[in-house]
Amino acid sequence: MGSLPFIFPFAELEVGQHLYWQLGNLRIHGQVFMTSWIVIGALLTLVVVGTKKMERDPRGVQNLLEFLWDYIRDLARTQIGEKVYRDWMPFIGTLFLFIFVSNWGGALVPWRLIHLPSGELGAPTADINTTVALALLVSLSYFYAGLSNKGLRYFEYYVHPTPIMLPFKIVEDFTKPLSLSFRLFGNILADELVVAVLVFLVPLVLPVPVMFLGLFTSAIQALIFATLAAYYIGEAVEEHH
Amino acid sequence: MDSITTAASVVAAGLAVGLGAIGPGIGQGSAAQGAVEGIARQPEAEGKIRGTLLLSFAFMESLTIYGLVVALVLLFANPFAG
Repeated sequence: MGSLPFIFPFAELEVGQHLYWQLGNLRIHGQVFMTSWIVIGALLTLVVVGTKKMERDPRGVQNLLEFLWDYIRDLARTQIGEKVYRDWMPFIGTLFLFIFVSNWGGALVPWRLIHLPSGELGAPTADINTTVALALLVSLSYFYAGLSNKGLRYFEYYVHPTPIMLPFKIVEDFTKPLSLSFRLFGNILADELVVAVLVFLVPLVLPVPVMFLGLFTSAIQALIFATLAAYYIGEAVEEHH
Repeated sequence: MDSITTAASVVAAGLAVGLGAIGPGIGQGSAAQGAVEGIARQPEAEGKIRGTLLLSFAFMESLTIYGLVVALVLLFANPFAG
């Protein structure tokens, strides 16, 4: 797919064009790496600043971080259960914050002002490679959670109510990462495309409500990804009696 | 890719997402209806209901996502492109 003719500086519409970096035999999407690093840097700065001078009565950034901690703990505890949620809270929290900040960073920061030789900066989660990597991490971690908590009894889960469920449960192991990755990728890419097309057609006022809708769905998608990851882990460590 | 394959792929990609969105749309509608009724009857259970609702939305949505996967395969990785 090519880019539409250049009319408005914010509205270059490019799909499937990337800034390629050659790394050995690998061709990697440079623009995704750059925005990911910026997101990771922003999150690290926030956490370092917020935990530097901790006080008994939290104020400012520390207050925000404690609110986030509470929020993530509640999410993990309801999905994973009281017993093992502590082990998985950092993972769930990392997923949630990285996806949330990527989505909002992609929508709020005017990346289009920075010109790249090809491709354009945007949310790292609008690239299928990022979301597949995150979803595969979730797959690995729920297997690990099940095996480390229950040993080989984990595989009882596959025949849990009846052995008829076996093929469905096996297929589920493949559709879980597929739907996780494509849900996030599809939603974020669709948001970016809708805004880009609208800005391209009507560069005034009209795209603003759509942008707010995009912010809302981005936040919900981050929440859904984290919730589902926690739910899958919770499913794997759950004890059947 | 010859033009008839291209045309058929594009139409099929549109139909895959469009038709695939009907069922989950209806399903999500009735799920939301149930959730709103539940909240109206028992406002203190709102947090719990919202969590369950989002989770079940995600599972319904994955059906549409399979349609999206098929559409993307047809458009960008067409096995019949020849």
